[in-house]
Amino acid sequence: MKLINYCKNICLGIWHLMQGMYITLLNMCRPKVTEQYPENRGKYEYGERFRALLTMPHDAENHHKCIACGMCMNSCPNGTIQVIAKTETDPATGKPKRVLDKHLYNLGSCIFCGLCVAACPTGAIRFTNHFEHAVFTKERLLLQLNRPGSSQQAAKPAPAPASALSPAAPASGEKAAADRVEPKNA
Amino acid sequence: MWSFTQLTHWIDTSLHSCMSADWALFVEFVLIGVAVLAAYALIALFLIYAERKICGFFQCRLGPNRVGKWGIFQSVADMIKILLKELVHINRSDKVLFRAASFFVIIGSVCTFGALPFAKGLQAIDFNVGVFYLMAVSSLGVVGILLAGWSSNSKYTMIGALRSGAQLISYEISAGLSLMTIVVYCGSMQLSEIVAQQADGWFIFRSVPAVIAFVVYLIAGHAETNRGPFDMPEAESELTAGYHTEYSGIQFGFFYLAEYLNMFIIAAIATTMFLGGWQPLHVPGWEGFNRVMDYIPSVIWFFGKTFVCIFLALWVRWSFPRLRIDQLLGLEWKVLMPISLVNLMLMSVVVIW
Repeated sequence: MKLINYCKNICLGIWHLMQGMYITLLNMCRPKVTEQYPENRGKYEYGERFRALLTMPHDAENHHKCIACGMCMNSCPNGTIQVIAKTETDPATGKPKRVLDKHLYNLGSCIFCGLCVAACPTGAIRFTNHFEHAVFTKERLLLQLNRPGSSQQAAKPAPAPASALSPAAPASGEKAAADRVEPKNA
Repeated sequence: MWSFTQLTHWIDTSLHSCMSADWALFVEFVLIGVAVLAAYALIALFLIYAERKICGFFQCRLGPNRVGKWGIFQSVADMIKILLKELVHINRSDKVLFRAASFFVIIGSVCTFGALPFAKGLQAIDFNVGVFYLMAVSSLGVVGILLAGWSSNSKYTMIGALRSGAQLISYEISAGLSLMTIVVYCGSMQLSEIVAQQADGWFIFRSVPAVIAFVVYLIAGHAETNRGPFDMPEAESELTAGYHTEYSGIQFGFFYLAEYLNMFIIAAIATTMFLGGWQPLHVPGWEGFNRVMDYIPSVIWFFGKTFVCIFLALWVRWSFPRLRIDQLLGLEWKVLMPISLVNLMLMSVVVIW
């Protein structure tokens, strides 16, 4: 009886090992998941939620949605963002108004947590997929997100606070920000 | 089928015609030594590349793909890197044994190359106890591993070496018994004779005990190479690298090469003993098929079959989790050895019948 059990165990063991080997063989024949980076440049589709570079989308008239409230600056765990505001007189009402002067972003200390995008009440900033950040000097990592001469979009604020998960802003700003990083090779 | 004896005879006669017999013999020795070492290095480079590539495929990766087309020069780059590395000397280690150990391991595997029949007429030395010689020489590696573990003056290497000693010596038994099964069937220990007898049909197709012996030999041989689910001596999660933890540079390279070449040697012995060596696949009665098979050169037959065995080893390696040391020894002493003993008896009965 013991001998029969012994033989049965061995046969069962061999059968189970063969099942395991069958699975690994199937895995070997599956398409490979490796992405070959420099070759697939421009072809690879990154996920919508991929966080690579913080940008401030601008529309065709060089308007952004930032109201210079400083929520992004306060929510940043690293002190990466610095919002410098100035006071201007609103031409429509004649009252002084707080507007954005410079939105400074230090790419070198950003941890890409996305808290700033989540905190923004107007959806003025968003993360894009531009991930090639390598530059030769640290100074090139200090970026200004608002374009020179840009101003806030006309009175109507964004209807709902944009979260980090929804890419609410138009795509026009993405290229502008990318352009700013691009001269790294110079 | 073209035989390498024509080439070796031509070299022999042309050497004798231009120098005295002693010098000709000396030059032939040197030539054979160079050829064996060159084959050793080339096969090692190929095996390292194949291992990394196939391992990648099993994990749905591409493997090395940057050095040359499909990364074929990856192992050459690795070799150059390892040759340029510094040899770190370990404080309070046994210097002589520490250096000798890596040579023991590599000499053990180079020596087997001399007796392997790579192709028709391509065998450096044809002992009449060839199987015995192969087993004796390939177990020389254990000495090197034990020396390496002892002389490094480190806990990891010591534990790795002791595990390795237990493992290699145990699995030597069932590997030897399964080779003996074939020796009983064939009636000779001479490798050329064993291969010649498989001209009409490989041993694995001729009897059931040979199939069992083949499977047992593959498992035991796999365990002897310290690889796959049997890599207790170098279990990296617990022993960093086992017996060669303290080695660096080319001394580590020797262990690394010997590991891959042992895999090749186990596969080559399995090919020679069970799969007909360099003999083409012949089916009795199919004359046309047999003639077509004869056109394929014997080198390709040998290396093709060996590569199939190596692929099996890699497949097993990337399929199964590592065994615990007691499970490992239990598998040998409670399963493989009884099976191979019964199998040897079964084979004797078959032969007497």
